[in-house]
Amino acid sequence: MTLARADRVSRRYGSTLALNQVDLDVRAGEVVGLLGPNGAGKSTLINLLVGLRRPTSGRVELFGGDPRDPTRRRRLGVTPQETGLPGTLRVGEVVDFVSAHYPDPIPRGELLDRFGLGELVRRQTGGLSGGQKRRLAVALAFVGRPGLVVLDEPTTGLDVEARHALWEAIRTFHADGGTVLLSSHYLEEVEALAQRVVVIGHGRVLADDSVDAIRAVVGVRRVSLTADDLPPLPGVIRTERVDGRTHLLTSDADQLVRDLVTSGIEFRDLEVRPTSLEEAFLAITTAGTADTADTADTADTAAAPASA
Amino acid sequence: MPLALTHARYQLLETVRIPIAIFGSAFFPAAAMLFFVVPFGGKDPVGATFATASMVTFSVMSANIFQYGIGVAEDRAQPWDPFTRTLPAGPAPRFAGRISAGLVITYLSLIPVVVIAATLTEARIAPGAFLLALATVGLISVPFTLMGLSIGYALPSKAAIVVAQLVFFPLAFGGGLLSAPGAAPGFIESIAPYLPTRGAVELMWAAVGDHSVNPWSLVMLGVWVVVLAALAAWAYRRDEGRRFS
Repeated sequence: MTLARADRVSRRYGSTLALNQVDLDVRAGEVVGLLGPNGAGKSTLINLLVGLRRPTSGRVELFGGDPRDPTRRRRLGVTPQETGLPGTLRVGEVVDFVSAHYPDPIPRGELLDRFGLGELVRRQTGGLSGGQKRRLAVALAFVGRPGLVVLDEPTTGLDVEARHALWEAIRTFHADGGTVLLSSHYLEEVEALAQRVVVIGHGRVLADDSVDAIRAVVGVRRVSLTADDLPPLPGVIRTERVDGRTHLLTSDADQLVRDLVTSGIEFRDLEVRPTSLEEAFLAITTAGTADTADTADTADTAAAPASA
Repeated sequence: MPLALTHARYQLLETVRIPIAIFGSAFFPAAAMLFFVVPFGGKDPVGATFATASMVTFSVMSANIFQYGIGVAEDRAQPWDPFTRTLPAGPAPRFAGRISAGLVITYLSLIPVVVIAATLTEARIAPGAFLLALATVGLISVPFTLMGLSIGYALPSKAAIVVAQLVFFPLAFGGGLLSAPGAAPGFIESIAPYLPTRGAVELMWAAVGDHSVNPWSLVMLGVWVVVLAALAAWAYRRDEGRRFS
């Protein structure tokens, strides 16, 4: 059963195309990681799926209907941004307020204990630490016994311990049959939780595959050097020339360096760096049409407002 | 508990936790009572009663313009607002909750004026007239609520604070709230009927004493309500379009 679906969805903000013909199905029982750099369109896609925004074209569905219809959101849990908690209200009051919207909420004490917030019932949220706020924000997504929980960057800004505690809560929810859609720009986080990864970049779905398949792709390296003219080299996915430097993207940097040396050409300032996810996926998706200028930068600025 | 009451309750809790917000809207009218009404008109029962009604109108106006103008503008800037829209409820309970909380705050902000009038002046009111005055407060809240909502939905919070402050004093002064019925300076008497404060205060005067309402002020009050309702609806829709469409 599909709990959330985007069907050829596009979303435009003024002249910026934040999402471009995106398809996504979140099926019951899955943990789907939405991976991509800031400004890629993750938040826009999430906003469409939870009913905060309307697509410019295409269709979004939540529990088989329009997410803007309140009854469709009865089994949805969403996390507010940590900075968004009403500072004068107490932890218990914030939970009660959200609970009042659901027919069968989890009792307050039980929920707070599950997220390690039991001691803080009477504290005003404005006085909580960043990690405590984040935990409360995530706890609020679980108040209404949801079938689907949507977590937008749930552990950004958390220390390692708090992050692992949250991961544990998400795993428990999943083990009890819950479905999770979570966005992140950390591969590590998605690896730890999800079985399926959807990579978003520049408003498009660049890949939708198992964690293992995605990890292999992310292993792409960037080999940079200054040289006059390069012969064709095996294993190069993509070549870029920017300001006199040549950047070669490859999945086997060691072999490429060996080939460079044995080819006998003059080069200097050799550098080998891991690529960002975005670079890796752009390389994969535009392989074949390579050699063009630095698309990453221009596209970055164009997609930036999408995170708003 | 119906959801609208829940929203009202939390709205009130947030306001009460920062009581300066209520104090702010009650301060000007209470101070005006102490400095102008008590020493000058306090001995004359009729004058003191009318003056109290004027200050009540002043209070209703400032409470509503400030709490909606600034409150709505600030809420719009908080990420909590979009979060509440992902909960399974439409906009109605939230809106009804805000308006009921607003009425409660309005009535609370009147307490200092009424207490000063009862203890330090000769103002007198019969129980029936008092109840009528209470109901009138609800009625005259309408234009100022709409004005506050227009400001709050149309402007960012920093601009809303300034506009709310710019608007409320000329409305109070120009509407003749700071003078007895028919005793304002000539130019005020000629512009007053065109301001929403005038129709509002005339209704208050009629509720507490022997005052025949100038029909022109009432017609203009009706025009204001229609114009402000249109303005508030426009600002609300524009905000929805920007943030949620």
